[in-house]
Amino acid sequence: MRYDLLIPSQLMGAMTPDLLLMGGAMVMMLVAAWRTESDDHQRTVGWGSLVVLAATLGAVLWFAFGDATAGQGVIAVDKFRWAADVIFLLAAMGTVALGMDHNTRDGITHAESHVLVLFATSGMMIMAAARDLMILFLGLEMMSIAVYVLAGMNRRSERSAEGALKYFLLGAFATGFLLYGIALVYGATGSTNTTEIGTRIMGYQLHHTAMLLVGVGLLLVGFGFKVAAVPFHMWSPDVYEGAPTPITAFMASAVKAAAFAGFFRVWIDAFSVLDFAWFAPVWWLASITMLVGNVVALAQRNIKRMLAYSSIAHSGYLLVAIETGTHLGAAAFLFYLIAYTLATFGAFAIVATLTRVNEQGLDIADYDGLWTVRPWLATAMAVCMLALLGFPIFGGVGFFAKWYLLQAALSAEHMLIPLAVLLVLTSVVSAGYYLGVVRAMFMKPRAEGAPEIAPTGKMTRLVLGITIAAILGLGVFPGRLARWTRQSVPVPPAAAAATATGQTASR
Amino acid sequence: MLAESLALSAALFAIGVVGVLTRRNAIIVFMCVELMLNAVNLSFVALSKLYGATGQVFVIFVMTVAAAEAAVGLAIIIAIFRHKQTVNLQNINLLRG
Repeated sequence: MRYDLLIPSQLMGAMTPDLLLMGGAMVMMLVAAWRTESDDHQRTVGWGSLVVLAATLGAVLWFAFGDATAGQGVIAVDKFRWAADVIFLLAAMGTVALGMDHNTRDGITHAESHVLVLFATSGMMIMAAARDLMILFLGLEMMSIAVYVLAGMNRRSERSAEGALKYFLLGAFATGFLLYGIALVYGATGSTNTTEIGTRIMGYQLHHTAMLLVGVGLLLVGFGFKVAAVPFHMWSPDVYEGAPTPITAFMASAVKAAAFAGFFRVWIDAFSVLDFAWFAPVWWLASITMLVGNVVALAQRNIKRMLAYSSIAHSGYLLVAIETGTHLGAAAFLFYLIAYTLATFGAFAIVATLTRVNEQGLDIADYDGLWTVRPWLATAMAVCMLALLGFPIFGGVGFFAKWYLLQAALSAEHMLIPLAVLLVLTSVVSAGYYLGVVRAMFMKPRAEGAPEIAPTGKMTRLVLGITIAAILGLGVFPGRLARWTRQSVPVPPAAAAATATGQTASR
Repeated sequence: MLAESLALSAALFAIGVVGVLTRRNAIIVFMCVELMLNAVNLSFVALSKLYGATGQVFVIFVMTVAAAEAAVGLAIIIAIFRHKQTVNLQNINLLRG
């Protein structure tokens, strides 16, 4: 079916999954407010949220396996959108499930914690769909505002409030840059539609307009903040440490994936014709991010901070994929995003399980000898660490993610060879901290008088089982996923139009 | 007029950025962020004189979002004040590493 996005009813049809999720979120909001706060009610709302997310996932999959397309308009109807939506929805379902157990244990009875995840997820879906900077901005803010609240969800915790404040101030600051970038791009091209911007830059030869280039620079700064690329990463370790751990899992997986999806689409749609201008800045951003993220992670003693720096480092790897600017690079980007989301989510889920009440027991030393008391959790953590490292076989899909990424980087331009070398070298550095956790769990003795570990909740066990099975299963059969990511690559319409009229893009 | 408006907007934006980077009171930092957003609004309005209504529509959205952001932001600042009895960012330093 081909949607004509200028007709309101067809536009609504093309947004069915998003509208379903938003409607469901509003219903759940009412349900949450219906009764007084209690643990039972929190769980009820959690189950309701899972049902809403599952229904949305069903709608997304129906679109993904259909052949819906759309003409020009404010949103995209393509495979990339559905692929990104699947990532967000699965991560959101995991977060709600983990949150149910975590809230019970920490005595958090706000049923709204699950509803806010739904609102944040609908913002992400809008971001992944946006083909207009206005829509992108709205999606980004719908996501961010909900996540600011989620970060401060544990009202009794001083750290949670501090993390939320830092996240809020720096997030709003970054939004300012993003918005000014949008304003300048609008000023230079006269449009906020990304496709239109791309065509106008080509058509009117705006490549060297100062206003446009400054605008693109500010957009890069704004997105750099959102994906936590060095030097705009300062907030992320503090926020990840302060937030309740299931929410940290959500931020490190879905929120980051959404920021990258929006970033990637804008860059492909609107600015692929400006690659001469952003090539060098993104090159430096990627290399510094990989270097600083991995080296600073080595020095961390708190596991949440260590994983935060690890996720910064992974932003660097993903920036390498954006830098390639090729079809292969885009496929590798999507594949890496899926692998990274799975592994990071799994790792934070295990941290959430092992954290004692009020965020105690987060030192890596607390993981010493975990194998002797909780062999399954220790094994699951080892799989996640090896997946993040990109270890063959035991790391499952993580290995193929790095492999495809390297392949894409090496088959791109010659300037990417140093970047590929740096990627490999920093991955070797990252073994220092990933394997450090594995060593602590399997080879060190359990400390005398180490506190008893609380039993793992049912939902947590389910989430962990699925995540680990996915990491290992996709590691055995990566071909299907790789094929799917190759088909789900966003096609730059400006470049497509340029080849149609016989011109070639600047690359 | 357009050039002057854009220059004023850039100046306001720069004042906002400098304020965020130098001030240490959470409320004032937040006010500076709002200044940045409103500087951008000025740009949009000025540019919409050139390109039509899109810029003005954008301004409405930005104001709505800024209001929502203010509601959440002030709530967070109150939450931290309950714990610390201060909103000075220099005293908010539990998380570091």
